[in-house]
Amino acid sequence: MTELSAHLPQFQHGQLTENFPDNHLSNTNDNSERRRHDNSERRRNDNPESETNGQPQNNIQQVVEQDEEDDEELTLKYGAKHVIMLFVPVTLCMVVVVATIKSVSFYTRKDGQLIYTPFTEETETVGQRALNSILNAAIMISVIIVMTILLVVLYKYRCYKVIHGWLIISSLLLLFFFSFIYLGEVFKTYNVAMDYITVALMIWNFGVVGMICIHWKGPLRLQQAYLIMISALMALVFIKYLPEWTAWLILAVISVYDLVAVLCPKGPLRMLVETAQERNETLFPALIYSSTMIWLVNMAEEDPEAQRKASKNSTYDKQAPANQTQNEDAEADDGGFSQEWQQQRDNRIGPIESTPESRAAVQALPSNSQTSEDPEERGVKLGLGDFIFYSVLVGKASATASGDWNTTLACFVAILIGLCLTLLLLAIFKKALPALPISITFGLVFYFATDNLVQPFMDQLAFHQFYI
Amino acid sequence: AFFWLVSLLLSSLIWFIAVKASDPRDEPLQKGLLIFGVMFSVLLQEAFRFLYYKLLRKAIEGLVALSEDGCSPISIQQMAYVAGVGFGLMSGAFSMINLLADALGPGTVGIHGDSQLYFLTSAFMTMVLIFLHTFWGILFFHGCEHRRWWEIAAVVVMHLAVSGSTFCNPLYVGSLVPSYLLMAAAAAWAYLLSGGSAQNLRRFLLCK
Repeated sequence: MTELSAHLPQFQHGQLTENFPDNHLSNTNDNSERRRHDNSERRRNDNPESETNGQPQNNIQQVVEQDEEDDEELTLKYGAKHVIMLFVPVTLCMVVVVATIKSVSFYTRKDGQLIYTPFTEETETVGQRALNSILNAAIMISVIIVMTILLVVLYKYRCYKVIHGWLIISSLLLLFFFSFIYLGEVFKTYNVAMDYITVALMIWNFGVVGMICIHWKGPLRLQQAYLIMISALMALVFIKYLPEWTAWLILAVISVYDLVAVLCPKGPLRMLVETAQERNETLFPALIYSSTMIWLVNMAEEDPEAQRKASKNSTYDKQAPANQTQNEDAEADDGGFSQEWQQQRDNRIGPIESTPESRAAVQALPSNSQTSEDPEERGVKLGLGDFIFYSVLVGKASATASGDWNTTLACFVAILIGLCLTLLLLAIFKKALPALPISITFGLVFYFATDNLVQPFMDQLAFHQFYI
Repeated sequence: AFFWLVSLLLSSLIWFIAVKASDPRDEPLQKGLLIFGVMFSVLLQEAFRFLYYKLLRKAIEGLVALSEDGCSPISIQQMAYVAGVGFGLMSGAFSMINLLADALGPGTVGIHGDSQLYFLTSAFMTMVLIFLHTFWGILFFHGCEHRRWWEIAAVVVMHLAVSGSTFCNPLYVGSLVPSYLLMAAAAAWAYLLSGGSAQNLRRFLLCK
């Protein structure tokens, strides 16, 4: 296999965004207390979410600055939960990659290189090798930059069809072709006899369900599982086809690029996120791992109450029947909204009656109301590129390190700690952040340090059976 | 775990520099350097435990300041326990995992005249170290909380003693027995410090 889809590398730059809610369920009682103490109507400041930065309509009625403290308290309370929500998929992806590298020898065999890295690393002198790897990395990075800019330009000029077509072709390739190869290699490793018909059936089912889950609707867990699987597949491809020094160089440069692309005002990824927020759209589900349901909210001009009712009902299906009966006694025009949702709404926009005036006012509200989700389901988004590059780092560590498992473990811990720190920064800064730099830096430092320094030390210790 | 890892990194850096600066063929010197490395590593680990304590202290202050009812959702004792477990797990993992990976493959233990109990004793030693780290975590944090320096010193001395006892390997009775005794002592001490007592234990065992 000498070719690789060019489509994928560019969308894989990490960006973390967080859907901060406007209020939170567990503090609803406190909020109502505070409301009673405070005679003015309060509305939680929407600005924790950077998506409202693009909207100047925060100065409509009932906007009162929320305490900083409440926000931070909120942050810390849910911070730990977010961290766990992201630890699990990242760990799973890494585990899959490491397990495959250790057992299936295909991914550690050198079978040629991609056309994106034309210079070979088997040269006579070290200097030549260094030069070649620098050139390889430069070519790869420029391909990624060009693709990213192309994606942003297409998004800006609303060529959605092109983007969707591109995404669909890439996920088709990943889901069918790469997983077919993966399955084949796993069977070869374990010497399992298999016929083509069964394989065709399996791959067909796997692929079609994957396409549906990723690009359309599907159970959340299944979508997450598929995203993890395709990240792992992509990471395995990178591990196989990138030569040593090139791989490390690419990792280093791409974390720098990520930092630049997400934080600089003219950075492509930042523009992408801002444009998406201006238009109140979610970014492509095929590129982002989200730990909660992605709400398909269409805030149209007509009756927003009905809209919200519809979207709420679709996801509160389980709760609605239970709450219907109790709510029907409490309020006539409940319409399936749960008690909690009511309190949420009240906290958000003040206790207003559902009069025609209020309906008009609500209609005039910007579509921030899409953030009126159940806060316990709110979550964090992480780009698939982050998964892929984390796994590439750990996989390369397990494949080529002399310290073997020690190095792998050290890189794994380093990446997770980096992710923790990044999430902490996200909670503090509350806008899209690059997830790659900190983790990859830690990972690289620990890889080289563990491989060269810790490994001989631990070896000697184990030899003499000394314990530290 | 991360802090333990960093301490390991730094101590191996020191050892590596020392080794590179010395003569590789001189066996006793190498062994001496290794011993020096071990002791230094122990001291560094305890130093990092202290740094971790400082970090957690700051975190607790932050949590208390921002919480609704004036107390943080996680107590310092819980943090001590978790810190100890983290240290222990990391140290255990690093000690054992290559051994385990090799144990999966073919081979004979001790074919060149070394002890045949290598794997077993390694396993037991690792286990005792993990437990010890957990208990040391509790003791250490308690000492720092209540400003009892002798508790902290006791932890450091115990750690040095346990590592030192492993220098008698492969004379396993010299290393395993004292380590287990120390572990029992540390366990009892940590239990008492965490508020347990003989009555609690009896009640627990008799399921009252």
